[in-house]
Amino acid sequence: MSLYLEILGRADETAVPMRLPLAGDQVRAGFPSPADDYLEQELDLVELLVPHPHSTYYVRARGDSMTGIGIYDGDLLIVDRSLEPRPGNVLIVSVDNGITCKRLGEIGGRPHLLAANDAYRPIPLIGCDVEVWGVVTHNVHALAPGVGR
Amino acid sequence: MIALADCNNFYVSCERVFDPRLRGQAVGVLSNNDGCIVARAQELQAMGVAMGAPAHEIPPAIRRQCILLSSNYALYGDMSRRVTAVYRQHTPHVEVYSIDESFLGWHGFAPSTLEDRCQVVRHQVHRDTGIPISIGLSTSKVLSKLANHLAKREPAYEGVATLPPDSAITRRVLEQLPVTEIWGVADRMALRLLELGIETAWELREADPKRIRGHTSVVMERIVWELRGQDCIPLDDMTQPKKQIMTSRSFGRLTNDLADLREAVRTHASRGAEKLRRQASLCRAVMVFVRTNPFRQDLRQHSESVVVALPRATDDSREIVRAAARGLEALWRKGFRYQKAGVMLMDLCDRAAEQLDLMAEPEDDAQRQRRERLMATMDKLNREHGRGTVSLGLNRQGGAWQLRCAHRTPRYTTRWDELPIAWM
Repeated sequence: MSLYLEILGRADETAVPMRLPLAGDQVRAGFPSPADDYLEQELDLVELLVPHPHSTYYVRARGDSMTGIGIYDGDLLIVDRSLEPRPGNVLIVSVDNGITCKRLGEIGGRPHLLAANDAYRPIPLIGCDVEVWGVVTHNVHALAPGVGR
Repeated sequence: MIALADCNNFYVSCERVFDPRLRGQAVGVLSNNDGCIVARAQELQAMGVAMGAPAHEIPPAIRRQCILLSSNYALYGDMSRRVTAVYRQHTPHVEVYSIDESFLGWHGFAPSTLEDRCQVVRHQVHRDTGIPISIGLSTSKVLSKLANHLAKREPAYEGVATLPPDSAITRRVLEQLPVTEIWGVADRMALRLLELGIETAWELREADPKRIRGHTSVVMERIVWELRGQDCIPLDDMTQPKKQIMTSRSFGRLTNDLADLREAVRTHASRGAEKLRRQASLCRAVMVFVRTNPFRQDLRQHSESVVVALPRATDDSREIVRAAARGLEALWRKGFRYQKAGVMLMDLCDRAAEQLDLMAEPEDDAQRQRRERLMATMDKLNREHGRGTVSLGLNRQGGAWQLRCAHRTPRYTTRWDELPIAWM
């Protein structure tokens, strides 16, 4: 029966996972090790790219409308919902039939969602049922497909 | 002051964050294997579909207009964790009460600032997670729960309502509330109150607490004090028996010993299972939580919970204990001194309402062997062809409809191969 059980996620949160080489708080008494000063944390890419873990989501890119700024089909987008969208930001927006990725810009003084591919037309934001879902902060694009997961 | 923060239609809201097409639709979430409604969008409630209703009993005319999804506990658990993380940015005193409800303690905050503060919390939860929440503020848990109802029901409150214990608004709310609807009042106790001539929450509040205790119970006496605005009921005694069962206790001393925690979680899980059987319910998921002492800020803090979905609705202690133990192993971390551990049995349903199940009848040895063979075969199929390829207890009559509706959405936030897709 145990094969059926599956841990499905945490319903609560503490800190970001971080790997520490040695626990400093083990040293309670005695002379502190001089090496303690030289202990370094392992570099953690998540810590670098995801300052706000609880508001960050990963989204898969599909399609070719954003190739002009280097987002290709299959890329992994890091999306932070807690950021205020600014002109020039690449956004995830939710439209009637799903979520899409576009750049926030202006045409003739009016806000538009812009593709980065001439084959796609800009979408005017006024009079259109569009909701900003989050700001894309990074794009993970594989250069050696098959390496990593 | 105490706030009860509650996510609106939590499971449905989680689904809508990642699939905008579900917005404005009559969405219902079904338990994984048995096809009962465990969550309803407002639109589905408006059609008269009841909580816990077996899906096959929904009239075809309504069924055609609604979207029924299988429950996606991986998603709900992760989103709940994110919502709670926002709460913790605003106060250190967060008590998770269920997957979608938390009590926020505001000791030391000026009461006059709390409504604004709670609005900030509410907006931030929506910004960071997309989940709408409502917050009720008062001085006791029972009153903050009532304030929460108010915040949900009356749009004018914009999601945050306060019920000061001695205000006219509180009196009005209590006068209109039958005792049967008070949080923590079981039907049997409500009958006893009716015999005493107490019909509304206001009458209960005005009753002599000693007399109430004499005729009912200590818990009921505490409810009288709670209605008067005194916070005196520990969380564990507040669970609604038909919705969830919580068993938890603080350790006598802080401990990091995994054996202590295992023992506690095992005890809580089996006590919960007993309660479950006593009230003739089954549960579909088990939530396990551990926490350190939030008042010992000199110590490293860890407060976390996991949801473990059960393969099917059950009241079997062995399955529940095993699930809880698995949850604990995932939670426990070295170097923290834990103060409390607990187990919550979630998404309960009536045993009687449960659809035909292989386990429904007591089995003899031959039956059990057959069941075990079947389980092994099912395991193999699900392993090789993907989870959910075969499952137990599905209703056969509505086969076609189940193919269309009974499916789980992607685990958007916990699986690399099921991430939300942005079409570009």
